[in-house]
Amino acid sequence: MNKPVELFKKELKVVNIGLQTFYDSLKSQGASAAHVEWKPPAGGNEELLAILQKLK
Amino acid sequence: MKVNINEANKEALNRINSAQPTLVDIKYAKDVLPGMDKYTIGHAGPPLEWKDMCGPLKGAIIGAIKYEGLAQNNEEAEELVVSGKIKFVSNHSMGAVGPMTGMITYSMPLFEVKNETFGNYGYCTINEGLGKVMRFGANDDEVITRLKWLEEKLAPALKKALELSGPINLKVIIAQALAMGDEMHQRNIAASSLFARKILPFVVKVVEDREELEKITSFITGNDQFFLNLAMASGKVTMDPVKGIEGCTIVTAMSRNGTNFGIKVSGLGEQWFEAPVLMPKGLFFPGYSEKDANPDIGDSTIVETFGIGGFTMGAAPAVVRFVGAESVSAAMEYTRDMWEITEGKSNIYQMPTLDFQGAPTGIDIRKVVETGILPVINTGMAHKEPGVGQVGAGIVNAPMECFVQALLAFSQKYFG
Repeated sequence: MNKPVELFKKELKVVNIGLQTFYDSLKSQGASAAHVEWKPPAGGNEELLAILQKLK
Repeated sequence: MKVNINEANKEALNRINSAQPTLVDIKYAKDVLPGMDKYTIGHAGPPLEWKDMCGPLKGAIIGAIKYEGLAQNNEEAEELVVSGKIKFVSNHSMGAVGPMTGMITYSMPLFEVKNETFGNYGYCTINEGLGKVMRFGANDDEVITRLKWLEEKLAPALKKALELSGPINLKVIIAQALAMGDEMHQRNIAASSLFARKILPFVVKVVEDREELEKITSFITGNDQFFLNLAMASGKVTMDPVKGIEGCTIVTAMSRNGTNFGIKVSGLGEQWFEAPVLMPKGLFFPGYSEKDANPDIGDSTIVETFGIGGFTMGAAPAVVRFVGAESVSAAMEYTRDMWEITEGKSNIYQMPTLDFQGAPTGIDIRKVVETGILPVINTGMAHKEPGVGQVGAGIVNAPMECFVQALLAFSQKYFG
């Protein structure tokens, strides 16, 4: 069975993580969606992440 | 160096929560601020030189020089500055704070607030009212005359009234006002009214001249922001005992000079970590727009530093439209965001609108950098040109660069 194809035959229920515009786009098309605010820790800066790890 | 950051931060939260800010007296800057003389001018934010100052700060300084009688007009005042005779000092370094441009000079009266728990004192000027006032950079005769009246009439009356009333517990007023819809940065109407209820029965006993009494009572009751300066002094005395805890990543001061935003961090002592100030987003008085506004300025961010102001926007539905927030739920979201970057919650400053949860307390630089959530500040906006005054109010963030710099310095100091 092709799972992605099966999925798109059903009503979509989407959890969107991160970029709000994806969520807005889904909602504007009438899709059922929930948005989770998320950003990469320290904006993804590896130097800062290493420091934060030390300061736990 | 071996340090326990989490224990240090718990200690910081404990010191903030156990603070007891109390108004004890009215004093003059010349009598209580270290190094204060006729040629010294205290200003908001981290230290900076005249050449780097923004328009409203320069305007206020020119006004402050005239107020002290050192110059007769703006040109003379500016010449005095250029000659190098005027010494500029960051208010925070003198144990004081002032809103917007934050002018504190030799003759100015100050609220003296004591943290009864730790025994330290903090000072703030008396609020001048709204509109065309020195803290927003205005400096004409009307502004100077009002400041002289504050010095010569209002301050002595308040001092005498306080002698009769005894110390006034500001922590109680702040807690009550939060429950009455103030966040105590851009909305102080409940706190100002509560303070008026405390002080006016004694003012009427000490001021014999009926005309002067009417002027004083009208001034206090006619200024919805009267309490702001008391909230600021409360913040200063609450946060000063948090300084210097070894290994602590909690912010002890946030302040802006109109050019740079600065923060201090407990475990890093008195060093400012600075970045260019941001432009508030908000609402403007009729006839003004964003192109007229100066970027963020003032020591008043001391209120957010100890957990109120923008941090308790969720408690103040009525301030939402004034500062240009989109909805009451958005205001509550700001407060929820601030819980993400703070060590804990206030045990006294509680918000009925948020099920009596405590104000977000103790900004942790680690959490700010990790989450990318920036402290939110409710603020007034000054005109960018000297001498004009207030043009609006809005919301602004502390710049991330301050927190990144502080985190790097902290890592260097404690982990090499």
